[in-house]
Amino acid sequence: MSAAFALTDLDLARLPGRRDEDWRWSDLRGLIRQPVEVSPELDRPAAPGGAFIGLARDEFVFANGQLNDWPQEALSPALAFHLHDDPGAARMADVMPMAQLAAERHVGPPLHILTVRAGETAAIRFRFISRATGTGHHLRLGVMLEAGAQAVVLESYEGQGEDYLANVALEFYLADGARLERIAAADEAESAISVSSAEVHLKPGAAFAQTLLVGGAKRQRFETQISHPGGGADVRADGVYLVGGRRHADLTSVVTHEAVDGTTSQLIKGVARDQGRGVFQGRIVVAEGADRTDARMGHHALILSDRAEVDAKPELLIFADDVQCAHGNTVGRLDEDALFYAMQRGLPPEAARALLTEAFVGEVIDRVEHEGAREAARTWVSERLGGG
Amino acid sequence: MLSISNLHASVEDKPILKGLSLEIPAGEVHAILGPNGAGKSTLSYVLTGREGYEVTQGGATLDGEDLLALDPSERAARGVFLSFQYPLEIPGVPALTFIRTALNAQRKARGEAELSAPEFLKLAREKAQSLKIDFDMLKRPLNVGFSGGEKKRMEILQMAILSPRFLILDETDSGLDIDALKIVADGVNALRGPDRAMLVITHYQRLLDYIRPDRVHVLADGRIAASGGPELALELEREGYDKYARAA
Ligand SMILES: Nc1ncnc2c1ncn2[C@@H]1O[C@H](COP(=O)(O)OP(=O)(O)OP(=O)(O)O)[C@@H](O)[C@H]1O
Ligand SMILES: [Mg+2]
Repeated sequence: MSAAFALTDLDLARLPGRRDEDWRWSDLRGLIRQPVEVSPELDRPAAPGGAFIGLARDEFVFANGQLNDWPQEALSPALAFHLHDDPGAARMADVMPMAQLAAERHVGPPLHILTVRAGETAAIRFRFISRATGTGHHLRLGVMLEAGAQAVVLESYEGQGEDYLANVALEFYLADGARLERIAAADEAESAISVSSAEVHLKPGAAFAQTLLVGGAKRQRFETQISHPGGGADVRADGVYLVGGRRHADLTSVVTHEAVDGTTSQLIKGVARDQGRGVFQGRIVVAEGADRTDARMGHHALILSDRAEVDAKPELLIFADDVQCAHGNTVGRLDEDALFYAMQRGLPPEAARALLTEAFVGEVIDRVEHEGAREAARTWVSERLGGG
Repeated sequence: MLSISNLHASVEDKPILKGLSLEIPAGEVHAILGPNGAGKSTLSYVLTGREGYEVTQGGATLDGEDLLALDPSERAARGVFLSFQYPLEIPGVPALTFIRTALNAQRKARGEAELSAPEFLKLAREKAQSLKIDFDMLKRPLNVGFSGGEKKRMEILQMAILSPRFLILDETDSGLDIDALKIVADGVNALRGPDRAMLVITHYQRLLDYIRPDRVHVLADGRIAASGGPELALELEREGYDKYARAA
């Protein structure tokens, strides 16, 4: 989250760069050399759109970092929506470190907090629209699930400008037994810099699942930090990156198992074409005493052109005994024999490639639980891979 | 229908086919037998356009059209079908999806209307039933985890659905149990007709008891070493390839 704050403050000296171990493949410092002016506020509600359109009852639109539209009186009774410094939100500062920090510092954009009430169910959509050219914007948002609450959160990152800097910092808090599925689709401009960081705090018995669909930008980073309490809590941290043109996409995650009996499963698939560049950094830490942890990580990428590149750093850091951990990492090309087979049956070369590539990525999509979002995710992938 | 003349082809600069000529008129079934490594599969790959199989001399035409100038999918759309000696696995693509995509791609290339999902399902069900293939198997990713015999049956199912005009069967009998061989042969025979032709590559007379060939050829050392009627296959079964190996 430090990068998010450095960006918000536009403290150029604190921006991470090549020399920072966790940012060496996604240098920001070399890219942002001058202060960036704040993007203007939109003067009217944004038109409907984005991936996941129509899939959630409650929809919150943020444009250029500002709250642009939300249900207001029509808000589902399962939800509450606050600014961090109003009384309804104050108590959340205790459990949400980002909220706390924001409250203490009173700088940067306002922090909104959305609460799903105990035992309630909600389908929530966040649209993060960037309609800016040459400016930057920042957004902070907390999502809190009270005990036993269940929610699906659908995020669409919609780039409608150029050369902008978009910085989204999210925090998720899941109380005992809460369940959250987060699916995000990022379509930023090829000239944009886009950073989305999420901190996830879970209580025992909670379940957090995410699927990130990332199309890349001039520099794009999706970072997820998950503190895992064990105690039957379950985490799935999946993602897909598809980079073409000269786009860059970085999926970075850290899952820290802090106590016994936690499970984590991660499957990331990437496709790099043209001069695209994909980065995966996945770290699973099993702290001392976090016995009986079951953690599995897989990253598999296809490189479809000679000038495309994929950098991967899967890490399992295990300080406990009696754990089940496994990871797999492959970077390769499409199977030429399978391609020939598909063409022999009548698929033109491009269609054969698209079919096999989509199938490769499909394994991640199949793990999305929310049915509507799963089909939207499939469409997102197939539109970008040029299949039928 | 298919005309191959003086075909020379190399794999990784190693000459494999060395002046092979063959005429297969419409309506006929020709069998090719020959020792291991003679170039039988190479011939099937050259005819279907697999990368890495370099034609250095000679040519092949289908109904007068230069086959070698077309990419593999264009050849498929013209009706060329190869039942692979070793069918590939296609992870993540259900067999039904794969076959339907292939069929519609072929139809589109020929300027025909695509088949709707219900139309396709009806066709697939009917063909699966006639080949005694459990329909549920078609919902699984194509060939992934299928047994050798199941993969061969799946080839014939695809053939039955795609309804090609020129069929190449590369050792389709290997790996099939006796009942499956009979079912597969029935499936192949159902496609015999005046507008179609077949090239059947095999090592065993048994398949030819079910799929009766009009002509039998011996492929040895990259060319046709002998041709004859069905009796040639019986002779080979008795005497082996010794004679042809020496000649080569
Ligand atoms: N990719 C390759 N690289 C090098 N040599 C190859 C390659 N493919 C085939 N060959 C060689 O070409 C020759 C012919 O092989 P081919 O597979 O056509 O034989 P075949 O007649 O089908 O044999 P079998 O009866 O065993 O199936 C063999 O000597 C084989 O080793
Ligand atoms: Mg062979």
